Amino acid sequence: MHMADALVSPAVGGAMWATSAALIGYCSAQGHKHLDERKVPLMGVLGAFVFTAQIINFTIPATGSSGHLGGGLLLAILLGPSAAFLTIASVLMVQALFFADGGLLALGCNIFNLGFFPAFFAYPLIYRKLIGRNPGQSSMVMATIVAAVVSLQLGSLGVVLQTVASGVSALPFKEFLLLMQSIHLAIGVVEGVATALVIAFIYRARPETLENVSRVKPTAKRPLRSLLATLLAAAALTGGVLSWFASDAPDGLEWSIARITESAGFPHAQDPEHKALETIQSKTALHSGVTMPEGKRGHPEETASPVEERIGKSLSGLIGGAITLAVCFLVGILCRKRAEPKGFGASH
Amino acid sequence: MSHHKVEVRNLQHVYPDGTVALNDVSFRIHHGESVAIIGANGAGKSTLLLHLNGYLSATSGEVVIGDTLLARENLAEVRRTVGIVFQDPDDQLFMPTVFDDVAFGPLNMGLAATDVETRVIEALGMVEAVELRHKPPYHLSGGEKKRVAIATVLSMLPDILVLDEPTNGLDPHARRQVMALLQAFHHTRIITSHDLDMVLELCERTIVLQDGQVMADGPTLDIFKNEELLHACRLEKPFAMQACPVCSPGRRTVPGRKPLVPPHGDGYHDHEH
Amino acid sequence: MLAIDGTFLDFKQLDLLATQHTALHRLDPRAKVLTTACFVLCVVSFDRYTISAMLPYLLYPAVLIAASGLPFGYILRKILIVIPFALVIGIFNPVFDRQVIMHVGEFAIWGGWVSCASILIRATLTASVAIILVALTGFPVICAALEKLGMPKAFAVQLLFLYRYIFVLTDEGVRTIRACQLRSFGRRGLSLRQFGSLVGHLLLRTWDRAERIHMAMLARGFSGEFHTTGPQGRFGSKELIFMGGWSALFIVLRLYNAPQLLGGLFAGSLS
Repeated sequence: MHMADALVSPAVGGAMWATSAALIGYCSAQGHKHLDERKVPLMGVLGAFVFTAQIINFTIPATGSSGHLGGGLLLAILLGPSAAFLTIASVLMVQALFFADGGLLALGCNIFNLGFFPAFFAYPLIYRKLIGRNPGQSSMVMATIVAAVVSLQLGSLGVVLQTVASGVSALPFKEFLLLMQSIHLAIGVVEGVATALVIAFIYRARPETLENVSRVKPTAKRPLRSLLATLLAAAALTGGVLSWFASDAPDGLEWSIARITESAGFPHAQDPEHKALETIQSKTALHSGVTMPEGKRGHPEETASPVEERIGKSLSGLIGGAITLAVCFLVGILCRKRAEPKGFGASH
Repeated sequence: MSHHKVEVRNLQHVYPDGTVALNDVSFRIHHGESVAIIGANGAGKSTLLLHLNGYLSATSGEVVIGDTLLARENLAEVRRTVGIVFQDPDDQLFMPTVFDDVAFGPLNMGLAATDVETRVIEALGMVEAVELRHKPPYHLSGGEKKRVAIATVLSMLPDILVLDEPTNGLDPHARRQVMALLQAFHHTRIITSHDLDMVLELCERTIVLQDGQVMADGPTLDIFKNEELLHACRLEKPFAMQACPVCSPGRRTVPGRKPLVPPHGDGYHDHEH
Repeated sequence: MLAIDGTFLDFKQLDLLATQHTALHRLDPRAKVLTTACFVLCVVSFDRYTISAMLPYLLYPAVLIAASGLPFGYILRKILIVIPFALVIGIFNPVFDRQVIMHVGEFAIWGGWVSCASILIRATLTASVAIILVALTGFPVICAALEKLGMPKAFAVQLLFLYRYIFVLTDEGVRTIRACQLRSFGRRGLSLRQFGSLVGHLLLRTWDRAERIHMAMLARGFSGEFHTTGPQGRFGSKELIFMGGWSALFIVLRLYNAPQLLGGLFAGSLS
């Protein structure tokens, strides 16, 4: 499943962006060195193929629901790790832009979850190990299903970790993990079967297509080592970025900080002084990382504050929100009126 | 010295699976000639074309372009001299815009940006598609795609144009447009097609391939008059040479059966319906 | 009409929007990409209970849609399709987060509801700017901008190839599926066997196409290196104003809760 921008914090999103960007850089350089140039158009059209195949649904037997191909593992089998990773990343990027599928910040998470695990883990370490030297059709099918299940399990683990670390969703880690892993066990089997069917078809129709790829498998140790180095660097960067941003996420620590500062005697009255203080607080919050949840600020439920005051506060919030929306709408209409003549005019 | 000459000597091509696609093919095409290569599906036309710019290398025999014997060292020069327009323009147009696509060849040749631009505009001008230059290829119609595909080759200033099924899948108007273009060129032209009416109009000479061998090579009209040859090669006369089905409905050639011999040997009958 | 047809047409429509010639379309793509990045970062950096402070950010999509004449309904429809995906996770918030954090009149509101609403607004905002970015810029141009901003060339080439052939292959997919549907007499979806063979065939055709494209590239002197001329965009004063202006606004809105201040002013003048 795709992570969405709405569920990602800048820390997690940024760190995963850096990791995926590093991987893309690594694979691009790798491609430049080792790629046979035949692969340039092949990667492009196979990406478009996966894009198309994802729209084609099939019926899952005995359930009545339908599934579709994800394509990550299929690409890895057809293209090898580096080329497959670039291809998956490119497909996800088109989807993020054209269908807002996932979103721009979450793109880093999605590329990692859906690209790294099939291309750099499930394919080389599971699929290739399982099929051995002289693969027959049945061993290929088995290997494909196992590899697909593993890569989706890891991918969904990634989603869980990133979501929980982002802290926008309130889902507790354990429940979320249980839910996601079991759902993705089923999705993984479906993906594995779908991939295996396509692979089996190719194996019967044109086996040399599959041989071509296994010939260019990454056998040398060097690429693997430099990949490891890249990932380590990315992870170090991730850690750095994370710790820099992390305090921006409202975690348990900050909740308690927020409570402490409140109980330490900050006045909660609706006086101008408090307002000024509040704005300063929220201003500094961005830099210091101490952000108190809005609405809770100055209104912890255990603090007895006059009812009318609460009403007043939420009223001003509501009024302000309504005014803001109205302003946005009006500005939009105004711009439209003025833009009309030259906006569409040029295209007619 | 002439670059415009093509000579194929005893060319043989065997695919890895053992299929003999071309067997002892020889011909010589002169400067400015317009030659059709026709034959049934699987006769070896496409394989032959791919030899003309060195995409495939011969199992035996040789290809001479101009005065150069085709070899690995002179591939770049040969590919500039021989421009191939492939059958499906979607395979040929892969860049974001028409301009980029037409510039692809000249840029690979290492030309400077300003020269590239003049080349592109010139080439697009020749196919009357200058106004399409900023469009992405997927927003073009079939005929436009075909003309732009031709321009992508023209921009390399080839001496020899090789066209695979140039009128395939075009509507009558677009087909006419492309034919008019090809007629106007002064390049040596080699055209494969199943559109025998186009062949009749554009090519003075025709080579007939069957199972990888040259069955006939001669003036187009002579070949199209030879019913037996055409039938043996799973071909039939161009419609323009067949008895008019409206005027004489009973006489139409029935595919798969031995064709009725039309009353007049040359079918160019001129009348109006 | 089949679902796959819809996806294809939808895709084409967004691509066509990018071919218009408004002032916003003409802006150097780097300015639009960076402004969008700033927008997304600001929006997602709000904590999970933020609602009102995010609302002013609607101004950006609203102004861009209006000023460039993009079809509002179309973009809204695209956003509405995406929101459920964020909501699938967001809807759990009211279940797990039952802390009362504010009152509206007599009603106590749980933190979970607030954060769920916040997710909804985030999804709307982030999805809208992504779609608007493409509609105002066009995918190939965005790729060029990203390349100028440091994206590896190999990846840029991959994106361009992918994009080009999405149009060809989805078209092929649509035709194949249609041919299949027309003979399946009301049975919905493909069986697994059918799927394997249908997609397998599509894959083989794709593979052949790649070979033909490679041929066409070689025929025009391709030797492993992509050369581009592309009209060089200029990052001029217009771009600077666009990017600087909006980014400054985003940051100010991030620091000050405008609706709260506005509402406070308004409520204050009432009493």
